[in-house]
Amino acid sequence: MADDIEISEVGGTGVPIPGDDIDTDQILPARFMKEVTFDNMADYLFYDARRDDDGEFNDHPLNRFDGASIAVVNSNFGCGSSREHAPQAMMRWGVDGVVGESFAEIFRDNCKSLGIPAITASHEEVSALQEWIEDNPDGEIEIDVEAETVTYGDTVIEGNIDDAMKEALIDGIWDTTQLMYSNLSKVEETASKLPYVEEA
Amino acid sequence: MSQGTLYDKVWEKHKVTELPNGQDQLFIGLHLVHEVTSPQAFHMLEERGHEVAFPERTFATTDHIVPTTPEGRERPLNDPEAEEMLSALEENVDENGITFFGLESGKQGITHVVAPELGLSQPGMTVACGDSHTATHGAFGSIGVGIGTSQIRDVLSTGCIAAEKQNVRRVEVNGELGEGVYAKDIILKIIQELGVDGGVGHVYEYGGSAVRDLDMEGRLAICNMSIEGGARAGYINPDETTYEYLKGREYVPEGEEFEELKQYWESIRSDEDAEYDDVVEIDADGIAPMVTWGINPGQVIEIDDPIPAPEEFEARTDREAAEKALEHMDHSPGDTMEGYDVDVAFLGTCTNGRVKDFEVAATVLEGRQVDPDVRALAVPGSESVRKECERRGIDQTFIEAGFQWRQAGCSMCLAMNDDSLEGDEVCASSSNRNFIGRQGSKDGRTVLMSPAMVAAAAVEGEVVDVRDHFDTELPSGTNRAEEVAD
Repeated sequence: MADDIEISEVGGTGVPIPGDDIDTDQILPARFMKEVTFDNMADYLFYDARRDDDGEFNDHPLNRFDGASIAVVNSNFGCGSSREHAPQAMMRWGVDGVVGESFAEIFRDNCKSLGIPAITASHEEVSALQEWIEDNPDGEIEIDVEAETVTYGDTVIEGNIDDAMKEALIDGIWDTTQLMYSNLSKVEETASKLPYVEEA
Repeated sequence: MSQGTLYDKVWEKHKVTELPNGQDQLFIGLHLVHEVTSPQAFHMLEERGHEVAFPERTFATTDHIVPTTPEGRERPLNDPEAEEMLSALEENVDENGITFFGLESGKQGITHVVAPELGLSQPGMTVACGDSHTATHGAFGSIGVGIGTSQIRDVLSTGCIAAEKQNVRRVEVNGELGEGVYAKDIILKIIQELGVDGGVGHVYEYGGSAVRDLDMEGRLAICNMSIEGGARAGYINPDETTYEYLKGREYVPEGEEFEELKQYWESIRSDEDAEYDDVVEIDADGIAPMVTWGINPGQVIEIDDPIPAPEEFEARTDREAAEKALEHMDHSPGDTMEGYDVDVAFLGTCTNGRVKDFEVAATVLEGRQVDPDVRALAVPGSESVRKECERRGIDQTFIEAGFQWRQAGCSMCLAMNDDSLEGDEVCASSSNRNFIGRQGSKDGRTVLMSPAMVAAAAVEGEVVDVRDHFDTELPSGTNRAEEVAD
């Protein structure tokens, strides 16, 4: 399980999740975090936003674009708490990649930990893609991690992927525990030089 | 020659090596663990057959899911999911030799309240916790970062995180706070000016005379809400206020060892000639009590300012957010927040759940009664805070005024226990987030404000300006006034 795979491209149909500053309390309401595993998180994804007052599914995009692999979001997506439950829920629902105007930092880090490419593009490009998905629910979208592009229909978006994320995904080294574990003796050395660390 | 900012220096001292993906491997000096974001990480650790690399630098408590009434805390907890989370944590800390401040320890509380008051958080450290409010510990001049569960696994297994260095923005707050205006108002002002995503890619260094004058409780409140401005970390250079606070605390060495550490603490302060990626100035003189009107902490105004209309915002983003906020909160542009009916008053959290916060609120409540239509909760940030308030009789002021006096936890900040908003209730809250659904009801409405303002709202049953409604002399949130009094 600790063996990472190289992720050079992800693709599939899309789901637009429009709105700026969509926070993690909307993505995964806190009351559903009372489980000791991430196994059921997909059931709670956008729980409140996806339901009417009577608890029935409404016309939220996640209900209309079931089976999608690429989420297309706007600016500062995933702001708020550090809960990995949010991208875990998206991944378990089926999201393999995210295209957005911008991402909150911890959310982006969490995506990297899970091997989910998060690529940014301009407001115009993202809006156009969101509209295209509405018109083409079965249309294929592809994120090329190395080229930092999003391709759909006849359009190619020149996007941007954070350097560390890109490197980690294409080299298959996004599991940072594995990456850092072999340096334990160096860690001991760094720690021993810190005045507040008592000698073991 | 300048060695740079505190951030530069602390980073350099904790950098283990550069990783093949271009990130730095950074040693974490203090790892704080709680029940909600850690069980999956311990499970991943077990799957890999790894042990906790630095159990002696790891401390755990339980805060998010714990009930806040004495009956509610009897084991097993009524909520089976909460009981399972707490039991899992107890098992994990036990198996891995991690110090745990549990329900019976007398030291349990919110991680970001417990670690500072025990002296675990110190200048020049790196602090990580699976909670976005870890920036709180920056109040001591440490670098505190919130991390996700896979990163908790990283820290448990290797004592490190993989991270990239950020830009440093100096937020210079000069001037003197007026009566009834506190650190909470400063940070809300900063977020109003810089926006909820203004800090993305940045660490905030807070400074200037108004920050220097703050006591540690105030500094903790400011750094706590760095993430609400998009900055993953925020810090204040350590000074005599910091050292005085640390002296004598349980995990702070004494005597010669203290003096040696103090030399280190002094050495990591930002140099006078340190260069910043940018500098922003905020005038503390003019700040009035701040209240949020919307559904993110950047949608905030001074108490006597009108609620803005969507068309007043230049950015499309802000216009759309304003429209959504006005609808959710049921506001009309042009009104002020004064007179907005309040159903619940909530005092506590990692932002404002410290003794000083309850002391200030108690001054407002003294001899007054909570409005009969308001449900008022006082939830100390830690059991130590509760006991200290009880020792000083502050709890009695709350109880006599009609507040429920509870036990420590995150409580209604995010409603993972029984403390929750119902329906579209409006909550005057000393917490840090007013996101839709945050306080447990998808139609609930949160108005963020300082503890003094929460107490005033509880009494009046509506949002008011604490400075106008009472003839009480309000305690200052600074050291300056106390020095004068001495």
